[in-house]
Amino acid sequence: MKIGTIKDLLNAEVICGEEALEREVYSACGSDMMSDVLAYVKDQAVLLTGLVNPQVLRTAEMMDMVCIVFVRSKCPTEEMVALARESGMVLMKTKKRMYEACGKLYANGLCGNGEKR
Amino acid sequence: MNEAVKLHFLVDGEDFTSAGQASVQVKKSLRQLGISPEIIRKVSIAMYEGEINMVIHAGGGEADVVIYEDRIEIDLIDHGPGIANIDLAMQEGFSTAPDNIRSLGFGAGMGLPNMKRYTDSMKIDSELGKGTRILMTVNL
Repeated sequence: MKIGTIKDLLNAEVICGEEALEREVYSACGSDMMSDVLAYVKDQAVLLTGLVNPQVLRTAEMMDMVCIVFVRSKCPTEEMVALARESGMVLMKTKKRMYEACGKLYANGLCGNGEKR
Repeated sequence: MNEAVKLHFLVDGEDFTSAGQASVQVKKSLRQLGISPEIIRKVSIAMYEGEINMVIHAGGGEADVVIYEDRIEIDLIDHGPGIANIDLAMQEGFSTAPDNIRSLGFGAGMGLPNMKRYTDSMKIDSELGKGTRILMTVNL
């Protein structure tokens, strides 16, 4: 799925990384606990979260993720946007809540564990 | 690569939001050295968890990363309160992190187990009231 399709499906607003919307991603995960992301995530390129602090960016960077979607209209700080620009990460925000946002993406073919659907 | 590459970092214990800067730097250095992405990810995650632990529990510390021809060693030293029960601390889900840390997305009791999971060997030396030293190795 293209990152741009994620934006469309979630009616999301892109905060930075507009130039990467054509990039393909194959899996995603949703969590507010970065400890769990670090423990259980493998090869997921997109993180959906309602947590807003710089450690979200660092966690995503450690996991080689390329896009973070903030749910429930959470808005990253300027410091976070600067970190995202530095590492080439796409940031977007959606009004949708976590359950609905994950469900929309999953139902449209973006899987959880890199498995083909 | 004939000579070992050594990296040294001071981990600031005052500011949780800046935790992880050393890990980001290590990741960049490993990439420049042409280390494989799989190895880079293992080292980065183990180091990041260690860094976060140092900030949450020990008021910061020091990190040394040495890249040898056949392995990468990560040596984390702090002068915090020490770990009372290492076996318990190694159990997934066990955490002594305060609630404010949980609200920041950490403190789920996955730090040490994760460090073990992503490395080929991990040795913990800890003394109450003195501090903790964790030596991790990732084979190349």
